[in-house]
Amino acid sequence: MTPAPRRPFLQRLGDRAEPWLYSAPALIVITAVMLVPLVVGISYAFRDVQILNPFSGGFVGLDHFRALAGDKAFRVALVNTFWWTVLTVLIQLLFGLILALLLDTPFRGRGIAQALVFLPWAVPTFLTGLNWAWLFNPTIGPLPHWLHALGLLAEPSNILSDPNLALWGPITAAVWWGIPFFAITLLAALQSIPSDLYEAAAIDGANPFQRFWSITLPFLAPVIAITVLLRTVWVANFTDLIIVMTGGGPADRTQTVASYIFTQAFKRLDFGYASAISLVLLFLLLAYALLILLLRQRLIDRDK
Amino acid sequence: MRAIGTLAHRLAILVYIAFALFPLFWLVKVSVTPNDLLYSEGIRLWPSRTTFEHFRFVLAHSDFPLFFRNSLIVSLATAFAATTLAGFAGYALSRFAFRGKLTVSGLLLVTQMFPLVMLVAPIFKLLSPLGLTNSLTGLVVVYVAFNVPFACFLMQSFFDGIPRDLEEAAMIDGASRFGAFRQIILPLTLPGIAATVGFVFTAAWSEMIFALMLISSNEKATFPVGLLSFVSKFSVDFGQMMAAGVLALIPACLFFLLIQRYLVQGLTAGAVKG
Repeated sequence: MTPAPRRPFLQRLGDRAEPWLYSAPALIVITAVMLVPLVVGISYAFRDVQILNPFSGGFVGLDHFRALAGDKAFRVALVNTFWWTVLTVLIQLLFGLILALLLDTPFRGRGIAQALVFLPWAVPTFLTGLNWAWLFNPTIGPLPHWLHALGLLAEPSNILSDPNLALWGPITAAVWWGIPFFAITLLAALQSIPSDLYEAAAIDGANPFQRFWSITLPFLAPVIAITVLLRTVWVANFTDLIIVMTGGGPADRTQTVASYIFTQAFKRLDFGYASAISLVLLFLLLAYALLILLLRQRLIDRDK
Repeated sequence: MRAIGTLAHRLAILVYIAFALFPLFWLVKVSVTPNDLLYSEGIRLWPSRTTFEHFRFVLAHSDFPLFFRNSLIVSLATAFAATTLAGFAGYALSRFAFRGKLTVSGLLLVTQMFPLVMLVAPIFKLLSPLGLTNSLTGLVVVYVAFNVPFACFLMQSFFDGIPRDLEEAAMIDGASRFGAFRQIILPLTLPGIAATVGFVFTAAWSEMIFALMLISSNEKATFPVGLLSFVSKFSVDFGQMMAAGVLALIPACLFFLLIQRYLVQGLTAGAVKG
């Protein structure tokens, strides 16, 4: 085999540069608007940055983190973040899985039914929040009256102003809005299961429950795992519904770490403190990602 | 036994449809309820009289048409700019094997994972000396950056679905790579491009956190900013608030119809995108 003749330098340079020319505009925008602010934001965590105070801007070292360690609202927000994320994701998954299974059977009008049940996903999140806040409002919404009639509420009051129940408001709205996401993803996975598997199982006399248990579930398991892991991060960071429905109240009982960042930056204009909380959130998410990776490695090692 | 199963299945589907539509139904119901019936017929499913007075007021005597226009400008500009940038980058990711490709994909993926809310403060600080706070242009720049990574993955998946032989044949016939991209690949990807525009439009139309932070005047307010300030100021005009809510719903629903066929592709490309 003879070596290929070397092509002219300029042509080789052109070939090398071509993919970069295509992707440069996107990369530049992302770097300027996301990566640079990310780095700048991390530096704010160690500085005193307050918009209303022109003398701020100095380096304060770990002061913000010391304040954070003694901040009761932050500790409450950590606990809330856990419950908000776990409950939202699990309820979405449960109802999304049931919906996907229902839609996997062919029936007349399936197309329309599918469009209707997926519609909530298209509703803007700020409107979803307002819409559910109105439904929970006893003056114009039916939910307090219905919950009262069912005996779940002692009187038709607004659960959004009840410190013990308020978090269920945004969770309900998030479940309503997020069921389609799980249903769509899981439905796609269901439809990729080869149908001859079910036929063979039916011939062997497996009942529907056995078929679900030994064919559907093992096929879905990896998709469910990936979707849940990614969704957990997304829901933990998702603040729109909380900000619109409760603003973190009453008495910080619905404040999550992400909404606490927004409150500090938007209402108090304390960018330094907000950035310090951001850094903690980033570390928590990194720790979560690392945990998942380790778990995955464990599972792979075990299978070997 | 089989019939009972079928009946239960249809009933379950109906329950889901009712749950999905009920909040939107209530929104429409209150928006057409006359003020004098709002409290007396509080939880009736449909008022005994209906009116379009709230819509008339919102369209003629409020700032909502302005908010609607601002949101439309921002969302359309974002959708087209992000799709263009993502089209090029997605093509590079789909067609070239180059050193650094894994880094680029990884970078795009990372931007989807970290909490955007932590950028609220630094972006405000960085945009303000450039005169890009309280400006629709500033909002478009921010939204384009946020949506490009996801749009890249989406466009890449659409390009992956088109056989390479097509442009290779054109390039053998003497077309340049860019010529083949423009004349052969782009026309074939049009449905995918439309879907990407739809996804980004919907995301930009819904964005609230950065709009609240960056926009300070009524003239520049997008729909969520305008609606939330209306709600905090006139919290008893439920009919008008919900009429405005119905307005916000219209473009979102139209674009939903446009992208409905591509939902699976969109959600799996974004993976973490809502």
